Amino acid sequence: MSIFEYNGSALVAMVGKNCFAIASDRRLGVQLQTIATDFQRISKIHDRLFLGLSGLATDAQTLYQRLVFRHKLYQLREERDMKPETFANLVSAILYEKRFGPYFCQPVIAGLGDEDKPFICTMDSIGAKELAKDFVVAGTASESLYGACESMFKQDMEPEDLFETVSQALLSSVDRDCLSGWGGHVYVVTPTEVKERILKGRMD
Amino acid sequence: MECVFGLVGNDFAVVAADTSAVHSILVHKSNEDKIMILDSHKLIAASGESGDRVQFTEYIQKNVALYQFRNGIPLTTAAAANFTRGELATALRKNPYFVNILLAGYDKETGPSLYYIDYIATLHKVDKGAFGYGSYFSLAMMDRHYHSGMTVEEAIDLVDKCIMEIRSRLVVAPPNFVIKIVDKDGAREYAWRESVKDATVASA
Repeated sequence: MSIFEYNGSALVAMVGKNCFAIASDRRLGVQLQTIATDFQRISKIHDRLFLGLSGLATDAQTLYQRLVFRHKLYQLREERDMKPETFANLVSAILYEKRFGPYFCQPVIAGLGDEDKPFICTMDSIGAKELAKDFVVAGTASESLYGACESMFKQDMEPEDLFETVSQALLSSVDRDCLSGWGGHVYVVTPTEVKERILKGRMD
Repeated sequence: MECVFGLVGNDFAVVAADTSAVHSILVHKSNEDKIMILDSHKLIAASGESGDRVQFTEYIQKNVALYQFRNGIPLTTAAAANFTRGELATALRKNPYFVNILLAGYDKETGPSLYYIDYIATLHKVDKGAFGYGSYFSLAMMDRHYHSGMTVEEAIDLVDKCIMEIRSRLVVAPPNFVIKIVDKDGAREYAWRESVKDATVASA
């Protein structure tokens, strides 16, 4: 079993009309055994920027702590929050620093940039950025997620529509992956509010 | 194989661990205490490589005591758990400790808590957790019988059910277990469950 599949994860981020959604599964496993069904994979960096980390849970926790540290320093120096594009560059640089002994994580970054334009991107474990205009996926269920998102995605969805689409794509994909699932965690972010919702899917 | 498990009750947390010290096919002793009292209101139940287990838990214990000496107040359970995870994570890519830890504690403000920390420094707050081959049996028993807000009697009854299950279904089942509890009155040994007593050595 690959080190990326040790804990199991599923992440997806999708762009809507002046909003974005980022969703993850809730399982924390150790290979075939499930340890917890309430694991948080998505963290808030600031009100308009969310980071999801798939892959090895220990590296996701270490990486999250390092990135929050860097962002807090940035906030102290610049007296403002980081733009999503800037943050993506920071994550990419931090991952490439460990080029020959990498963090076994695949991050998904989603945020609202200037003029409330949604920004999403993902990268591999050594920081190769993949910008997308529609959706990005990561984790053990990524192949199923690609298919589900490609068929369900529509341009310029309203927040409620976007929530439905992301939820259906996530739940149907994790149902085909034994290492991810046990519900879902969806954040829908608009310029005015952040809505966090928990999905109940097949609990296996 | 070493069995460690624990759960959170009404206003206490209980952990149980087997007490055999094994080297390959030889059982050195069957009354080895693997649950260390970290400080007045914290317990650390550890399983894994014996040298690492003793050295690492003692290192954590001494550093927790140092914090209390320096700052005049004890660490919270969450802080101690995060410190432990930090030490494991730092050592992970240099000289890893092969120790799995269940950290149980009681804080006046937040009540009882249990933290699952595995040897690659994955940290998660749980209501019930287990390590080792025994976890296949104890987690299943706890999934069936656990509910939040259990009394001490109910929890010990569940712990005994898990021990019985491990004894009857695990091929290399350890004969003896120790149970320790932590609540508002502190961390203390609750009971031993022995089915094989070490022969006492005659004095010279």
